[in-house]
Amino acid sequence: MKRLSFALAALVLAALPAAARDTLTVYTYDSFVSDWGPGAAIKAAFEKTCDCEVKWVALGDGVAMLNRLKLEGNETSADVVLGLDTNLTAEAKDLGLFGPHGVDVARAHVPGGWSDTTFLPYDYAHFAVVYDTETMKTPPTSLDELVTGDASQKIVLEDPRSSTPGLGFLLWMKSVYGDKAGERWARLKPRILTVAPGWSEAYALFTRGEAPMVFSYVTSPAYHMVEEKSARYQAAKFSEGHYLHIEVAGLIEASPEKALARKFLDFMLTPGFQNEIPTRNWMLPAGDMSVPLPDAFSTLVRPDKPLLYTPEEVRDHRRAWIDEWLNATK
Amino acid sequence: MIRIEHGLYVYGGFRLAIDLTVPRGSLTAVLGPSGAGKSTLLAIIAGFEPLRQGRVQVAGEDVTELPPAQRPLTMVFQDNNTFAHLDAWTNVALGVSPALKLDDEQRRRVDEALAQVGLSALAGRKPGEMSGGERQRIALARMLVRNRPVVLLDEPFAALGPGLRAELLAELQGMQKERGLTILMVTHQPEDARAVADQVCFVDGGAARPPMATADFFAARADAAIAAYLGGWRDGR
Amino acid sequence: MSVMPGGLGAALWVLAAVAAGLLPLLSLAFSAGGPTLDGAVWAALRFTLVQASLSTVLAVVPAVALARALARRQFRGRDLLLRVFAVPLALPAIVAVLAVVAIYGTSGWLGGIIPVYGLSGIVLVHVFFNLPLATRLILEALASTPPEAHRLAAQLGFTDGQVFAHVDGPVLRNRLPAIAGLIFLLCAASFVTVLTLGGGPSATTLEVAIYQSLRMDFDPARAAGLALVQVALSVTLVALAGRMMLAPAAQAPVRLRQGRFCGGRAGGKGADGRAVAPGIAVVVPPVAALVMSGLDHVTLNGALLSALGWSLAIGGAAALVATALGYGLAGAAARAPRWRGWFEGVALAGVIVPPAVMATGWFLLFGRNGTSIAELFLLVVALNALMALPFVVAVLAPALTRLAAAHDRLCASLGISGWARLRFIDVPALRRPLAQALLLAGIMAMGDLTAITLFGSGGILTLPALVYQQMGHYRGHLAAGTALVLALVIFLSAWLAEHLGAEDDPH
Repeated sequence: MKRLSFALAALVLAALPAAARDTLTVYTYDSFVSDWGPGAAIKAAFEKTCDCEVKWVALGDGVAMLNRLKLEGNETSADVVLGLDTNLTAEAKDLGLFGPHGVDVARAHVPGGWSDTTFLPYDYAHFAVVYDTETMKTPPTSLDELVTGDASQKIVLEDPRSSTPGLGFLLWMKSVYGDKAGERWARLKPRILTVAPGWSEAYALFTRGEAPMVFSYVTSPAYHMVEEKSARYQAAKFSEGHYLHIEVAGLIEASPEKALARKFLDFMLTPGFQNEIPTRNWMLPAGDMSVPLPDAFSTLVRPDKPLLYTPEEVRDHRRAWIDEWLNATK
Repeated sequence: MIRIEHGLYVYGGFRLAIDLTVPRGSLTAVLGPSGAGKSTLLAIIAGFEPLRQGRVQVAGEDVTELPPAQRPLTMVFQDNNTFAHLDAWTNVALGVSPALKLDDEQRRRVDEALAQVGLSALAGRKPGEMSGGERQRIALARMLVRNRPVVLLDEPFAALGPGLRAELLAELQGMQKERGLTILMVTHQPEDARAVADQVCFVDGGAARPPMATADFFAARADAAIAAYLGGWRDGR
Repeated sequence: MSVMPGGLGAALWVLAAVAAGLLPLLSLAFSAGGPTLDGAVWAALRFTLVQASLSTVLAVVPAVALARALARRQFRGRDLLLRVFAVPLALPAIVAVLAVVAIYGTSGWLGGIIPVYGLSGIVLVHVFFNLPLATRLILEALASTPPEAHRLAAQLGFTDGQVFAHVDGPVLRNRLPAIAGLIFLLCAASFVTVLTLGGGPSATTLEVAIYQSLRMDFDPARAAGLALVQVALSVTLVALAGRMMLAPAAQAPVRLRQGRFCGGRAGGKGADGRAVAPGIAVVVPPVAALVMSGLDHVTLNGALLSALGWSLAIGGAAALVATALGYGLAGAAARAPRWRGWFEGVALAGVIVPPAVMATGWFLLFGRNGTSIAELFLLVVALNALMALPFVVAVLAPALTRLAAAHDRLCASLGISGWARLRFIDVPALRRPLAQALLLAGIMAMGDLTAITLFGSGGILTLPALVYQQMGHYRGHLAAGTALVLALVIFLSAWLAEHLGAEDDPH
C-alpha cells in the first residue's frame, strides 16, 4: 500500500510545476480555507509581499490541529499553525514545538490586552446567545435569566466534549457561578432542547425553527444583516459579561522556514490579512484594517466585561469541569 | 377431466396456443422439445400462470379464476418438492393441513401414505438426509394424502437412474389405477411415455396439440415436427 | 472443496488493515500505562445497548414485512420506492437528522407525534437509516428461495403465516441474525445522531466516549480501553448471531432464476399494503422534506462539481475494493461451511473496530510525514471499503452459497477456474447481487464523512464535507441544495445498479 501510494504521489507531484520558491506550510481549520473563508485572499496578499508560496493544510478544527501535532511531534511539516484558541494554547505549548513569535504584542488588539509571546491572536469574538426575534419578544438579559427563565422557550447548546462553543459556554457558566455551576446546570437543564455535537448542527436546528435560542457568537447577527439583509436573528446582551473566544497562531521553532513564518505572523496583524476577517471569518479583527468595518458590525452587542480563563486554568481543570457538567445534567 | 379450449398464453415474445381435452382416469404424457412450453402448460392448469384467452376446466369445474390451492389437483415438481427444515412425515402432513393440526384419522392417513411409498422407516428424517428418489417419494405420498382427482407431474423422475425411474413410474401407475387418478406428466423420456401413457400431448411450435393415442404418436412419422423431435429414437434401442 | 485462496487473501488483507489500526494505538496506550476504564464506561455501555437494541428491532421487524411484500408483488412504483430507499443509506447523519426533524420536529409537518429530542428521536433516525438497509438485505436473502417453494405453498393453500413459517422463515433464519447484528453494530456506533438528538450527557454511547478521549482529551490509554470494550461487545454479539444461524440447508436450491409466485390466500393486496405502509411512512416523508428544502438552492458551481467528482471517485474506488474483498470472503464462507462464521466475522471488522481508532492507527503508521493528496485518497478509500465490507458480504453471501452449490463441481470438472470462471460463470450469474454490493458500498462511501473528518480533508472535499462546510459558514440553504444533489446521485446510482444487475428474462 505504501509503495503504491508513493507511486501515485510521485505521479501527482510530477504533474505540478516545479516549486522553486520557498513554501510556507500553514496548518489551519477547514472553514478558514473554504470558498467563503478568508484563506485564498490572505494567501494572495501575503505572496505579493514575498517571493514565496503559502500552502494551506486544512484539518477540521483547532482540536484536530492540536491532535495532529501530538501525533506528528518533531516530524511535523507545519511551519505555522493558525486557528488554535486560548483554551488550547497551554497544551500546545506543552508540546515544546512552538517558538516565540517575535511580534510586538501591543499591536494585538483584543479585549483585556495581550501578553503571550508564543501565540499571537488574529481575531476574536464574544460568545452570545442568539435569538429569533420572530419567536422571542423578550430575550434574557443575563445568564441568570437564561438559567431560571421560561422552560418552554428552549435553547440549543453545543457539547463541550466535541465543540469550541460548547466548551465556551461551559467556561462561561463556570466563570460566573464558580462552585455553584453544577447546581445552575441542573436548573438550566429543562430549557435545553438538545446538546448538538457542533456549532453547525446547533445553528441548523435553530435556523429551522426548532428553538428560539442558540449558543453562538455576538458576530452571528452581522452575517444575516450583511449577506441576507435580515435583522431577524439578534444576540442577547448578558449583564454578567460575555465569555471571550480568541483565535491565535504560532510558529514551529524547528521549522526550516522560520524567518518566513515570522514574517507571516507579522503580516497577520496588518490590513492585508485583517481586512478579510470580518466578512469572511465573521469575527472581529485583532489588528488594523485599511477599510472601515461594515455598518452591521456597529449594531452588534458590545459586552461590558470580557470573561476569560487563562490557558493554564483551562488545561488543568477542563476534564473536571466537563465531568461536573456530565454529572449535573445527566 | 381437464379441458382447455382456444386457450392462448402470452409472456413477452413467447406464445402458446392450447387446445386440450384429457379424459378422466387417463395418464397423458406431455412431450416436446426443450423450451416449447411443456412446464408452462402444467403451470397454467395448476394456476401459477394466467391465460390471456380461454378457460381452464378441471373435473367439470371452471377453475380459471380459482387460486392454486382450491383447484382439484396436485402438482409435483422436478425438485424442491419438500421443505428442508421439516422431516418427511411433516412434509407429507402439510398436504392434509397446512396448519399441521391433524386428528388421529388424518395421522393414520399420513402413516399409510408413507408406508405406501416405502418411507415408513425414514419418516423422521429431513429431506437433506435423503436421496433424490426418496425426496420424490415424499412428494408422491403428499399427493396421496391430498387425494385430489388430478395430478400434474413436471419431469418428476428426470434426475433418477433408469431402474429407480421405472420403479417409481410403476408405483405411480399403480396409484393411478387404484384411485382412478387423471395424470398429466411432462417427460423427456419417450420410453416412459411408451411404457405408461395412454395418450401423448405434443407441445411444439407455439402450440399444445390435442392428445393422441400413444401408439399413434410413435407411429406418426409422417408428421415432420414429431419426426424431428423423436429423431433417431426407436423403441427398444 | 478446499477454501478458495482468494478468500484467505481477502481475510488476511482485512486483518492486516485492522491490526494496522489497533496495534499503534495499543502500543501508545501501553507506553502510557495500559488501557484504562472508569465508571462512566458502564453508563455509556448501557445506553449503547438500549438504543441500539430498540433501533434494531424497530428497523428489522417492519423491514421483514416490507421485504416480503416487495418480493412477492410487482406493483407500479415498486422500483421507484426501492430507489428512494437507497437515499438514506448515504446521507450524512446531520442531513438525515434535519430531514427527520423537518417532519417530526417541534416545528415539523407532523410535529409533536413523536418526541424527537431524546431516545425516541434517536431511534426514529436510526430506523430511517436502517429500515431501508434491512429491507434491501432481506430482499436479497429472500431471492435465494427456490421458486417451487412458493408454488408448493400456494398449492397447499398456506396462509401468510404458514408461508412465513415454512418458506420465508427458514431462509431468513439463516440470514436475519447476521443482518440484525450488522444493524445493531451500526446503531451502536452512531455518533452525530445520538449527540444531536440525545439532548445531553445522558445520551453518551461508547462511540462518543471513544471520540472524546481521542479528540478532546487525547488520552490513548482511555481510548484503547473503550475501544476494547466496544470490540468485546461486538465480538460477543457476532458470535451470538453466528450461533443462531443454521448451517445452510443441505438441499441447497440450485436454480438461479428469479420470479416468485404468490396467489391463493397468502398475502392479499390489503395485507401487503399494510406491510408496506409503516416503512413508507418512516422513510418517504423525510426524503420528501430533503428534496423540498433543497430544491431552490442547487447552484452548479465549481465547488459543487469538484465535490461531486471527489464523491464519485471515492465511492467508485471503495465500491470496487470492498466488492473484491467481500467476494473473496463470501466465496470462502460459502465453500467452507465450517469456517463460515470466521470469514463472515472478519468482514465485520470495519464496524467492530471504531473507525476513529482505525484512522488514528493508520495515521501513526502511514501519515506521520504528512500525506499527499494521493495517499489521503487511498487512506479514505481503504477505510470506506472496510466500513462497507459487511454490507457487501451480507449481499453476496446468500448468492454465492447458491452459486457454489450449483456450479462448483461442474467448473472443477471442466477445469474452469480463476479469471475465466470469474468472467464467464460467476459475474454473469451474480450480476444482480454484485450490482447490489457495488451500489451499497459505493453510496455508503459517497455519503461517508467519517474517513474524511478523521484524516483531515487536505484538499479532498466530498459532497458530505461540502454540506458541512456550507453549514459551518451560515449557508444552511446551500447545504440543503448540496444534500439534494447527493440524494440525486444516490438515486441515479440505484437506478444504474438495477440496470447493471438486470438478469435476462426467463420465460
